[in-house]
Amino acid sequence: MEISFDLNGKKTKVDVPVRTTLSDCIRHHCLQTGTHVGCEHGVCGACTVIVDGEAMRSCLMLAAQADGSKVVTVEGLCAPDGGLSALQASFRKHHALQCGFCTPGFLTTAHALLTQEPHASKERIREVLSGNLCRCTGYINIIEAVYQARAAYQGKGG
Amino acid sequence: MKLPDFQYFAPATAGEVVRMLAAHAGEAKILAGGQSLLPVMAFRLARPAALIDLRKVEGLGEITIDASGVRLGARVRWRDIEDDKRLATAHPLLVEAIRHVAHYQVRNRGTVGGSLGHADPASEMPCIAATCEAELRLLGPKGERRLKAAQYFLGPLSTALQPDELILEVHLPAWTAGRRWAFQEFARRPGDFALAGVAAYYDLDSQQRASNAHIGVVGACHFSARLPRAESALNGKRVDAATAQAVGRVAAEEATPTGDFHAPVEYRKALVGTLLERALGEAAARK
Repeated sequence: MEISFDLNGKKTKVDVPVRTTLSDCIRHHCLQTGTHVGCEHGVCGACTVIVDGEAMRSCLMLAAQADGSKVVTVEGLCAPDGGLSALQASFRKHHALQCGFCTPGFLTTAHALLTQEPHASKERIREVLSGNLCRCTGYINIIEAVYQARAAYQGKGG
Repeated sequence: MKLPDFQYFAPATAGEVVRMLAAHAGEAKILAGGQSLLPVMAFRLARPAALIDLRKVEGLGEITIDASGVRLGARVRWRDIEDDKRLATAHPLLVEAIRHVAHYQVRNRGTVGGSLGHADPASEMPCIAATCEAELRLLGPKGERRLKAAQYFLGPLSTALQPDELILEVHLPAWTAGRRWAFQEFARRPGDFALAGVAAYYDLDSQQRASNAHIGVVGACHFSARLPRAESALNGKRVDAATAQAVGRVAAEEATPTGDFHAPVEYRKALVGTLLERALGEAAARK
């Protein structure tokens, strides 16, 4: 079935089998492999993307359910010149990744959170990020990176 | 695993949804948020021949609050409940329970109708519906009907919803001022399915004794239901530490959990007792 949506600012049209998840559509049909597939049943968060402004597990969505939507993946987070966004720079500064497998899901989740809640407390950040699993870092640096990135989201309009 | 194959439809009206359900004679499932259905299909525990997506059906996403209580449309998401500030006073028990549902990303998609249709006894919404004597409004080929929660939840993942019926909304009776309530849930990690949880509320009579007690269980039951013996033990008592402990013991005895590798039966029963004791303490202390 034909599906059209906005992927990282680009109008995208694909023809996929109906049973295709949004995660597989993004990776195999749109060839954007930054979105990672960890568990494929909605517990690890590595596949998190932002759909119409809200973080969602793309393995628990059919591509068909994104028809007409605005989808942002980790590839869409970097600065216009291709450089690191403030959030990504904070992850680098605070050593918030090791193998990097979980990182796209943490970035999209944190970006969605801070865009809506730029003053989120550390407790709120912990609570929201509890939906993403990391086997390497022990989470402390990830939470610190997100917390320190808040300033970049404050003072932005809307 | 990857999802099994199926036909996909996205009709524009509730009537068309029902016609499609009827046409597929029990082989079609409703797709709302997909946060329960898609994992089940990913494990290939279910292979419906067709999915009928509600994404284009209008009118199912409303939260209506009036003197009769709170009505949640089937497509209302946990996120919508979190965002609706009116519910803090209109139904604080609902709000507190929904805080415990899964995780942030799941709460952005999961729906009231999906949770009630799936009827997992370890889910919060079925427990709230049972505890609060909610009424479900269903649409079938012959029109609408209403079912009280006690008539609706029949067994684990099993309800009175017919294969050709769609949940339209659930109605929670009006919350009264001065009501005492609490929700307590325990899971090994936040966001996991509860090993056990309790929802409880009661009103105070003219002598400050508990009355109209409603107590329901999450996770430590075969299907979402109230605990009538625990409720009887609570009614007519002043709610102090001794009462909370005694009622907790009744609930532990009354609960009928299923044991599994997460926790055996004895542990879950004990957990129900402890959580209810804490819940009653919290409820009594509430201003």
